[in-house]
Amino acid sequence: MSSLFESIDYHYILESLIKILIVFVIGLLSPVSMNWIERRTLAFMQNRLGPNRVGPFGLFQSIADGIKFLFKEDIIPLAVNKWLYIFAPVVAVIPAFMVGIVYPIGPEVYLPFIGPTTLYVTNFNIGLLYVLAMTSLGVYGMVLGGWASNSKYSLLGGLRSSAQMISYELALSLSLIAVVIHAGTLDLVKIVEGQAGWGGFKWNILALFPAGIIAFMIYLISAIAETNRIPFDLPEAETELVAGFHTEYSSSLKFAMFFMAEYVNMLTVSILATVLFLGGWNGPFVGQYPLLGPLYFFLKVFFFMFLYIWLRGTLPRFRYDQLMNFGWKFLLPAALFNILLSAVIGIFVY
Amino acid sequence: MLRRPDPLADTLMTVSLGPQHPSTHGVLRLELVLDGETVVKATPDIGYLHTGMEKTMEKEKWQQVVTITCRMDYLNSMGNDLGYCLAVEKLMGVDVPRRAQDLRVLLTELNRLTSHLVWWGTHAMDIGAMTAFFYAFTERERVLDIFECASGARLHQSYFIIGGCRYDVPTNFLPLVADFLKEFPKYLGEAKKLVTGNKIFQRRTKGVGIVSKEDAINWGLSGPTIRGSGVNWDIRKAEPYSGYDTYDFRVPVYDGGDVWSRYLVRMDEMEESWRICNQALERLKEPGPVLSNHPKLELPNRDLMKQHIDVMIHHFLIASEGFTVPIGEVYQSIESARGELGYYIVSNGEERPYRVRVRAPSYVNLSALPAMVEGQLIADVVAVIGSIDIVLGDIDR
Repeated sequence: MSSLFESIDYHYILESLIKILIVFVIGLLSPVSMNWIERRTLAFMQNRLGPNRVGPFGLFQSIADGIKFLFKEDIIPLAVNKWLYIFAPVVAVIPAFMVGIVYPIGPEVYLPFIGPTTLYVTNFNIGLLYVLAMTSLGVYGMVLGGWASNSKYSLLGGLRSSAQMISYELALSLSLIAVVIHAGTLDLVKIVEGQAGWGGFKWNILALFPAGIIAFMIYLISAIAETNRIPFDLPEAETELVAGFHTEYSSSLKFAMFFMAEYVNMLTVSILATVLFLGGWNGPFVGQYPLLGPLYFFLKVFFFMFLYIWLRGTLPRFRYDQLMNFGWKFLLPAALFNILLSAVIGIFVY
Repeated sequence: MLRRPDPLADTLMTVSLGPQHPSTHGVLRLELVLDGETVVKATPDIGYLHTGMEKTMEKEKWQQVVTITCRMDYLNSMGNDLGYCLAVEKLMGVDVPRRAQDLRVLLTELNRLTSHLVWWGTHAMDIGAMTAFFYAFTERERVLDIFECASGARLHQSYFIIGGCRYDVPTNFLPLVADFLKEFPKYLGEAKKLVTGNKIFQRRTKGVGIVSKEDAINWGLSGPTIRGSGVNWDIRKAEPYSGYDTYDFRVPVYDGGDVWSRYLVRMDEMEESWRICNQALERLKEPGPVLSNHPKLELPNRDLMKQHIDVMIHHFLIASEGFTVPIGEVYQSIESARGELGYYIVSNGEERPYRVRVRAPSYVNLSALPAMVEGQLIADVVAVIGSIDIVLGDIDR
């Protein structure tokens, strides 16, 4: 009996719990901070100021909004399917946060008082599959929310989101195969480590040229569709479907969960793009100073997040049939062709 | 009336688009019968903004009606006032001074610019490009500043009155307009880069909501909506008023009949309005009277008033009771930003109109909406509504 307790690595458990807490806090803060950045940047793109009243530069605006969400009356409309209605935002938000444990934020570093530690919660050999599996679960939240709301706008929004996410997830997953073929592993940390050196020329975006860059473009487009952002924000096209699947979720905490899920998903696809194509934490002098890793990592992630905002400030929205045509008739064949291309290049060139 | 679809009998779904809906540009309600995302039937339901303006006009004196007309089509208020004033002037046989006519042309064309800017911003936003909206409204503010300079009001100016304009413009008016006109082409170029050249926007608008040339004429469409269907019909050219025949401008016409053609017509119209404004600005450099010297419209000379009792009585009557308009009926139409805006006015010789009937362009153009959207997708409905550029104040009055 005593040997059983002795065999438990308490140090490992404590370390993991602390890391989970940190990642969870990053996940919680990312909607808050990204929302502020998005609103301010978009405002400057549009000749206006954006939120600038609460706190310095309006920094606490999102926190104020969060507090408002907490204290608003929680309305459950009479006609809804009550349990699914409550369950849907939870389904949306939990898988979004669960991805957090495999975010490879940085390399193994030596921290004072703690000793050598890895800058990710855990790492397993099918990390990429895990991320894809978890992000696909998020669509259930939208479909259930749209259906359980018992409203026509929500139903149309839910249907749109399910169709859209399923179509684009195919292209998204298939585009990643080029990277997997090149790296020979699904382990996110190993994929990042494989891209170290050569001053950035080993990043997967350049791997198996030109298959890597094609895969990157397909991934980027599908990722925007996957997170329901402009120009693919059909599930919540406010000029057509009022607010899409969350029409009936007034502005209570349940809406906040959908909102958080959207932003955490944005963070996830940005992180995945960074890890798989832009070398993750790799950058100048990371070998000597590993603590620079997280900095490069977040800079690259931020680049993608900024891209989302930029697109939102520029582009109109696709129509439903155009979106479907684009996904099935262009992106999916292109992704399939790209697998073939990368396989051929991988065999004959490398 | 629509038959409510039996949920068990078929797969159609009835969705209410509006009245509180961001892309119906006011309080239009559309009852859409959907098969999936395809529109099977669309029925506009109007009247949410009906305030009985035509009836109210019968209770106001001739000159006071102007404050109501500008509240009908609130985006094109100068044009609304102009149509009414022209109609009454026609009935009274009043000649409007040259300078007043030039001011009217300048301000109406600037108003057409503001109206088209609002249309451009909201149309692009309906299709999903939200930045255009803010750029359009920033530019519109500058024109509203010009209106404020001329009349003291930004939206409901009531600046045109029967016989001319209320006052002459202040001295800083012309430089203000010149500044704006100098910078406007640059802005329009940016606007074209942001939205017109966008491939997604083009794919959303080309071939959507088609109205053929014959249908457009049969529906009685007017304004940019009919010119997008290849019909060269512009009241400014067909039946010139306020000296439009002396201005050099082109009427843009496109043949597509779809949302994209109507979009191009309005974008080109902004350029033409800019050209007209420039010409009017040149003419306005010469001073002159801005109000007709018709005895019913011009207040008597104060010195004469002190000497002659009949002049005094005349002043008292104009100022208290208002003037009378000869018995008769008149129809006068103008080219508003939305199309043919007509006033049919009946006078029974009193100081108030007997009846004012308005032919509202938005109302007539909206009647073609069901034909345009049936068979299209729900996302096209908002694009088509944007492309016929309705104003609910104009429809319901």
